[in-house]
Parts: sequence; structure tokens; C-alpha cells
Amino acid sequence: MRDLSVVFELDEGTVRAVDGVSFNVAPGEVVGIVGESGCGKSVTMKAIMQLIEQPGRIARGEIHYRRNGVPPRTIDLARLPPRGRLMRALRGAEIALIPQEPMAAFSPVHTVGQQIIEAIMLHAPRRDSDSHPITRRDARAMTIELFRDVGISMPEQRVDAYSWQLSGGLRQRAMIAMALSCRPRLLIADEPTTAIDVTTQAQILALLRELQRKYDTAIIFITHDLGVIAQMAHYVVVMYLGSVMEEGPVDDIFHAPKHPYTKALLRSIPSLYGETRTALPVIAGALPHPFNRPPGCPFHPRCDEVIPKRCSRAVPRLQPVEVRQQVSCFLYHDAAEPV
Amino acid sequence: MTNLPAENVPPLLDVRELRKYFPISKGFFRRVVGHVRAVDDVSFTVGEGETLGLVGESGCGKTTVSRSILRAHDPTAGQVLYRTREGKVVDLVAMSGAELKLLRRDIQMIFQDPFGSLNPRMTLLDNVGEPLLVNGMRSRRERMERVAELLRLVGLRPEFMHRFPHAFSGGQRQRIGIARALATSPRLVVADEPVSALDVSVQAQVLNLLLELQLRLRLTFILVAHDLSVVRHISDRVAVMYVGQLVELAPTGAVFARPRHPYTAALMRAVPVPDPRVAGSNAILKGEVPSPAAPPSGCYFHPRCRFAEDRCRREAPLLREVSPGHFARCHFAEQISPG
Repeated sequence: MRDLSVVFELDEGTVRAVDGVSFNVAPGEVVGIVGESGCGKSVTMKAIMQLIEQPGRIARGEIHYRRNGVPPRTIDLARLPPRGRLMRALRGAEIALIPQEPMAAFSPVHTVGQQIIEAIMLHAPRRDSDSHPITRRDARAMTIELFRDVGISMPEQRVDAYSWQLSGGLRQRAMIAMALSCRPRLLIADEPTTAIDVTTQAQILALLRELQRKYDTAIIFITHDLGVIAQMAHYVVVMYLGSVMEEGPVDDIFHAPKHPYTKALLRSIPSLYGETRTALPVIAGALPHPFNRPPGCPFHPRCDEVIPKRCSRAVPRLQPVEVRQQVSCFLYHDAAEPV
Repeated sequence: MTNLPAENVPPLLDVRELRKYFPISKGFFRRVVGHVRAVDDVSFTVGEGETLGLVGESGCGKTTVSRSILRAHDPTAGQVLYRTREGKVVDLVAMSGAELKLLRRDIQMIFQDPFGSLNPRMTLLDNVGEPLLVNGMRSRRERMERVAELLRLVGLRPEFMHRFPHAFSGGQRQRIGIARALATSPRLVVADEPVSALDVSVQAQVLNLLLELQLRLRLTFILVAHDLSVVRHISDRVAVMYVGQLVELAPTGAVFARPRHPYTAALMRAVPVPDPRVAGSNAILKGEVPSPAAPPSGCYFHPRCRFAEDRCRREAPLLREVSPGHFARCHFAEQISPG
């Protein structure tokens, strides 16, 4: 992804939801995107899937996706028509999504099995065009196999269940089965465990880790939970108000954070091991409203290492400071975005 | 630091054998065919100035307990003994509506959703001042003074009182909700998931505010939460619930240093550690929380417990004092080791 910007043109003004975001995802790599509400992490995900709704649009930037094949071909997803044939063939098949709320993602009037079978029938025949087409019966058998893979007990019965008959954990497992049904090369998980309890979350995360290793799927993992990121991701992108503040390998982000926002975020979480009943270090102020994006560095009004007259006037560029770690902060370099 | 009460004074709140069953009705005549035992024999005390954390996963009954204390639900059985300002001990469950009304100002609630709990068509003055009006403060001047004082107390500017809730961020709205809860100078505040809807950077601010207010106003808190690190951070004692029952109750330090119930230990292991160098635990809790309408035989936790023996299937354990002040509902509490 290179320099992606997404804007929403509303009556009240233009909101830059994502502003110049760049990062790479290697095959089989888990990239975590962390940030608080309004940081643009979900919009970034929607841009990759070409699911941005009106009045939003991709204003700038490229999303290069390398397809399998001989020779491998790279396409720019940002240029594809969202409803076009190619995008529809990719979406759900090569690039799949695990949404946050599985309750809302499944149709309540079809069984979960029907919905997964539909996805397989839609995408699978086109993939192996030379072999015999997949029948409904094949798809059903594949679905049961998938259910077993994601740890759903009694898969033969559960295929015929409606989403509302399943518990939160099972529903999320069914959702994962659906996302994996076409063996995607890139999986986008948007807060996949936010709506479920901790012990179930631990099960789901372990399952995702296991499946990721088994199928070598690349995952973009979007969450606000730093604990989940630390346990899941290889590479972390920290976002704030639509911009990347810092990105790097997970160990560097947690043990050698550079950007004041990353540092403050890590300090402000209560831990299971620290002091109790003491004031937590906080990030002063509140997240600004999207219409009131501060000039200069978006974090400067809340930053405790702000450089007077510098951070408020120019927007720092994302620049490498270590081998793989990049930071957009004037404390480390002098490169600013062109005005 | 702990603020446990002096021994000779009765506790501020003494919940005894609280039960709340919801009927399950079926058929045309809504015949009652069974009960959901949302809260099943829960007893605990809360000393003045203390914070009791009530933790558990969804459906464990923690919210029902807190609502029953406020008499938002009428408990099926049990007593909620409350020591009034005059030192008299009264049973909130046995009280009539009129008697209860006088005590309502002493016991207040902070809600989870800072968006749904404020009336969008009322200014802050009316939202925060409503409990004052209901409690007989007729003069608008007086109310304005009190609301200004309350807003300052929670870290908001008094000039905000003429604005409407939509003008405020989630963290600010939660502050408004806290101001409203404190309007009648309560002694006991029940906070149901007060920070779970907030962003990480704002969550720390609200937790700090709660700690500070407690010290300044000598408040007693019951904190209902699912996030163990939040509970650990601000509670003096922790009560863990599972399928409507208390399974462990002990001072915070003791619970986290050495949980005596396998469920508590599993809950702690399930929290993802925000450090990529600490590998996630492999001992993940299997299965799902049973339905409180049809709980398993014996110990409710035995189907998921890795220490379960025959006795656990047959005989329901009682909540017993394992070491001074440390209660656990497990036959083998002495043998359980964390990790």
C-alpha cells in the first residue's frame, strides 16, 4: 500500500479519514494495525476490499496486490472498479474478511451452512476451471470439513443451524470458516474478538494462529487491543487520526517504541502485573473531532515531547529510523510532508 | 493501599444469599417451564470506602447482581442489608417503593454506554441536574451552582452546562455520567463497565478520575467489569462469578498472586499479554460457559476444568474460606496452582 488517502465529502466539510498510509504485507505475514476509534484502521481495511461507501472515495494512493500465476501479476486494487468483475472475483476468494460482529454479518434467515456453500459455489468453479465443476454436495462436504478445522463440534448438525442459534464463540468460528472457505491468500480480520469474552477470545486467537501457520495466509489484523496485537502480529502499524505514526516489527514496537504516541499508548494500559490503585500515566486531552484535525502533526496537541513551532506547523513524514522501523516524528528526523 | 473498614462497624452493604431467577415460559398460556438462575446464592459484603470488583464473562450474573442491589430487579430471594447514614441497618429487598426512594440518593449508578445513558435533548444542566430536581432542589439557581461544582469535580468546564451531550466525546460523556451519579452525594456507587466503551487513551483518564473521586469523597464502589486488568487496577477486593455463582472472593493482591479457583486462573491466563516476548499460554480453557437454565451437575465448572475429578461431577462445592479473607468454591482450592 502506497500513500493511500480516503476522503469523505460531507455537507459539513471534507473528512480525511485515511491520509497517506503506506505499508507492505508479505505472503504469510501477520500485520497488526492498532489505533483508537477514528484512526482510520477500518477505513483502510475497506479500501483494500473496495468497500468504501458513498460519500467516501479513495482520493490518492495505490494498493498493489500480487496475484498468483505464471508469471505473477501485480494489480492496483485502488484503480479497480468496486463492482467490477475482477474485484468481485478477488473479494471473498483471494482476499477475505472476518468482521467484528458475526451476528450482523450472517443473514438470520439462511443457515450458516447455506451461506458458506454459496460462497464456495460462487468462487470455486472459476478457480479450477479445467477440473470438473463443484457440486452443491461437494461444497457441503467442504463446509463440514471447514467447520471441523475451526473446532466446531458436531459439524454435521451445525451446518444447518441459523446464526442466532449459535453462541458468540461458535458464530465467530463459523465466520472464520466462511472467510477461509476459498483459501484466501490475504485475510483481513477487523477486531475479530472485540465482541466476545476473554476465554473465548483466547480460543479464537489460538485458532487463528494455528490456521495461519497451516495455510500460510497473510493476515491484516485490526484491533485496538495491544495485548492481542502483541500475541498475534509480526509487524505492527500504529495509526492515529488517519496517519501512520510508527510501524515496525512487533518486538521493536513494544520494546523500543519511538513515537511519543506509541510510548504513551503502551504506558496507559493497566496491566495484570503493575502497581494497583495508582494513577495511570495518561495521554492528555481527547481524540479531536475529524472536522477539527489539528494542523501539523495530528498528535502534537496531546504530545508531551512536542517541539514548539515545529510540530504545529508541518506534518512529519514517515521515515525509516531503524532497519525496518519507521516513524513520523520530528524528534527523529526533519522530513516534512510537502505542503 | 487498601481501605478496609474497621472491624466493629457493620459493612456498608451486606448481600446475603441473593437469588434472582427469571422464568422461562412457553406455549400459548405462557406456562412457566423452568428458570434461568441468573444469580444463585450470592453473598458478599462491601465496607465503607472500599472498591469491590465484580468480574466474570457475559451471562455470569454480574450485572444482575448489581441491578438487584439497586432494586432495578426485584430479587427472588435473599437480603441486601445497607447501613444508612444514621447507622441503621435496613434490608433493601424488603423495602417499599416510598421507603426506597429516600435511599436512592445514597446509591447511584454509572452506566457503560456514555452515548445511551444521557438524554440527547437535555443540556448538561438538565441531565446532571435532574437527580437534584427529583430530590427536591427546586431552585434553578441552586441547581446551576451544584452542577457547576459537579462538572469541575469531574474535570469539565462549568461553562459546558448549557451544551447538549452530542457536543462531547465518549470520555467526556462518561465524565458527565459520573457527575450525574454524584449529584445527590451518594455513598455507594455501582459502576457497570464504566470504561469498556472507551478508547485506551481515554480509559486511563476515567480510571484515574474514579480513583481520585473515591479518595476525595470517601465513596464506596462496586465495579462490574469483564476486563481483569481494569478490575485489578482499581479494586481492593475482587469477586469472580461463574454461571450465577461466586467462585472466588478475596483481596485483589491475593487473587492475582494465587488464584484458588481454576476458573479464576483460566480467566487470568486468557488475557493477552501486551508483550510479544511473553508467549501466550497454551492451557486455553476449552468449551463454553454453560447455560444458567441448565447448569451441569456438581461443580458448575467441572466440564471445563482440567483438575476435575469424580467428586466434582457429583458434589457441588461450597464457597469456603481457604485462607483468611480468601474464599473459593472448589473442592481442591488448596492444591490449585496458578499458571
